[in-house]
Amino acid sequence: MNGVEGFMYPNEYGLQWSVLIVLYPYITGLVAGAFILASLVRVFNVKAVAPTYRLALLTALSFLLVAPLPLQLHLGHPERSPEMYFTPHSTSAMAMFGFVYLWYLMAVLVFEIWLDYRSDIVHLSQTTSGWRRLLYRAMTLGSDNISERSLAIDHKVGWIVTIVGIPSAFILHGYVGFIFGSLKANPWWNSPLMPVVFLFSAMVSGIAAVMLLYMLITWLRKLPIDMPCVDTIAMYLFYIFILDFSLEMLDLVHRVYEADESFRSLNFMVHTRLYFSQIVLQICIGTLVPILLLAITQVTKLPELMRRRIYVISGCLVQIGVLAMRWNVVIGGQLFSKSFLGYTTYKMALVTKEGLLVAIFLTILPLGILWALLKLLPPWPEKEQGSLEPAA
Amino acid sequence: MSLTKDAGHLFRFAFLFVVAFAVFLVVRHFVVPKSFGEYGHYRGAAIAEIAARPMHFAGHETCETCHADIAEAKKAGKHENVSCEACHGPLAKHADDPSIQPEKINTTVLCIRCHAESAAKPGGFPQIDPVQHSGGVPCETCHQPHNGL
Amino acid sequence: MLPAAAIAWKYVLAGTPEESPNYKMTDHWWSMLIDIPKCIGCGNCVRACAAENDVPDGHFRTWVERYHVTDWHMESPEVISPDGGKEGFPAVARSAGGEEGSSAAAEDEGKYFFVPKLCNHCADSPCTQVCPVGATFISPDGVVLVDQTYCLGCAYCVQACPYGCRYIHPEKRVADKCTLCYHRITKGLTTACCENCPTGARQLVDLKDPNDPIHAFLKTHHVQVLKPQMATGAKVFYNELDGSVR
Repeated sequence: MNGVEGFMYPNEYGLQWSVLIVLYPYITGLVAGAFILASLVRVFNVKAVAPTYRLALLTALSFLLVAPLPLQLHLGHPERSPEMYFTPHSTSAMAMFGFVYLWYLMAVLVFEIWLDYRSDIVHLSQTTSGWRRLLYRAMTLGSDNISERSLAIDHKVGWIVTIVGIPSAFILHGYVGFIFGSLKANPWWNSPLMPVVFLFSAMVSGIAAVMLLYMLITWLRKLPIDMPCVDTIAMYLFYIFILDFSLEMLDLVHRVYEADESFRSLNFMVHTRLYFSQIVLQICIGTLVPILLLAITQVTKLPELMRRRIYVISGCLVQIGVLAMRWNVVIGGQLFSKSFLGYTTYKMALVTKEGLLVAIFLTILPLGILWALLKLLPPWPEKEQGSLEPAA
Repeated sequence: MSLTKDAGHLFRFAFLFVVAFAVFLVVRHFVVPKSFGEYGHYRGAAIAEIAARPMHFAGHETCETCHADIAEAKKAGKHENVSCEACHGPLAKHADDPSIQPEKINTTVLCIRCHAESAAKPGGFPQIDPVQHSGGVPCETCHQPHNGL
Repeated sequence: MLPAAAIAWKYVLAGTPEESPNYKMTDHWWSMLIDIPKCIGCGNCVRACAAENDVPDGHFRTWVERYHVTDWHMESPEVISPDGGKEGFPAVARSAGGEEGSSAAAEDEGKYFFVPKLCNHCADSPCTQVCPVGATFISPDGVVLVDQTYCLGCAYCVQACPYGCRYIHPEKRVADKCTLCYHRITKGLTTACCENCPTGARQLVDLKDPNDPIHAFLKTHHVQVLKPQMATGAKVFYNELDGSVR
């Protein structure tokens, strides 16, 4: 039968969750990781990375706005998705999605961005005209109080929001790992480590993404890159990456050692159908190479140009590696039969609503939104106006 | 109070949440189906809807109300426990309106499905090699399935 | 229709089945018994189910698997289920002089048997646990059902089922699976698959009925459920289920 090898239960031949479901954890991972980078500034007072604070928040927002789209496109009846708000099933991790998403979007991300930008928004509502003025005026919520005391209150409240935001970001992305990790029916997914591994690889991808975006945008603005900032980001990236890699290896070693009834089947799958995406892309190119490159920058003193090049290469490889990891989890978990006696193939469509073109579009869309947000809420002080200051 | 003056914007932001939550509660009241939660976390009326699906098989008891003679004959033979529709196909339409004739059975295909010899079938089950046994002659030439001989 | 069931049916249609004098949901706890030694792999059940429930091609509410186990290699049986067993199975030729006497040939041949599978209507079903909106549930009479006007088609339940008995309906785009012919058993009839099984390998069972022969059967036979280690509370019982069955 087309693409099926061995025996599979007759209902298992076609995959249920497509490349869009691969994309969803990748996108929320970037959100969580970018937010963690922002929290380094706000909560842990790592002043060196302050130039990326606002960029990180806006990046998180751009990706968060796109996050529900792959899910909506995947549902058989997206018009019924409000049911998750009206009658959420308390035993289902997926039912949490609506509330966690809304909470994180409004009570954490939008709130924190608003608090940090408020004085800029008030200023812009007074100095711009036309539709922009209306927009900024709406964003002020009718209050133009930017006295020192109100800004101090904002600062304090913003700090609390970030504190609350860190576990919120963990839940936003961790619950996705739990959706997979809590299924006893699927041994490739079933693991208490799943949410943790998802979270750490999310932090790696999000931090690397903000680093790449910062370097790209600064280069486009023809300004010098703040090297202490980028060096610090790279350092955090390196250490979190080590943790992430250790966790993934722990999962792997545990599986190989225990060798339970699913092991032979899964092992065969990894060595055949998942060889390229798991061994080559995720482990070698996406993890070992960037870790090695970053390690070199951490233990030796390299000239600035070389460090920048290594950061860019590592950052890109990291994205490939983390996306490959999502692919291996989601698609890999559906390639083998629950009878452990057979395998199928994923025939990714090109132009259908769950096809490759849509997936590519959904990956690029957040960058478009980010571009618009950067125009609407510029993160860096404009030299001409001189009155806008970054937070912290 | 100076607090409300300097923190007024926060109250406005919070107010948005309150309004949104109130709207949510109102909408929820109208949108959630009335029978939801009747027996558990699901729409109770769904049970009746599912039970109301149309049937295609009438069930052998229904066949026997009209075809009692065949039912009697069957009781004497090996096909005693084989229901009518197992061979004759779904007949609810025929039971509702006897003028609708059931499809003609092709015994060379039908009987073979059960009785073709295979090492995979339980040994005690009557099996024959279709070619050796009858050489392609229709089964009803020698066998009367209602008597199961 | 049978008179007794017709009365119950009036209440079912009105949406208050619990008030029917003849069909009270809480009087029943439905299940099924599959008698492996009796199954001949004719595929009648698969065809009957597809006809009764308009099951789309390529998807199965029930299907039959054929196992071939050689000697002690219980972890790697040879299993086939051509189109779910809908048109039966290809014949297996008996080896020349195939009597039990020839021990060397018997070892090569191994044993064959058929395993019909369907939704196990688990009492602790993982599929109802993961549904985000409450579109799939276990009814008060023990049947796991899908509310297809409420289902989002997210397929989480399909992923959560250890037995592979669920699928997404290609046209309706919602989850679908065996309903234990709920529309029949609530009227006093039996399921389409049990009705059409020529050997009585499949039997509908009501565990709450003290007169149901299942009680005596369970006491006197070796009975298993599929994947007991999953602790799903599976209610479909298999008589003489071999350890090699996946």
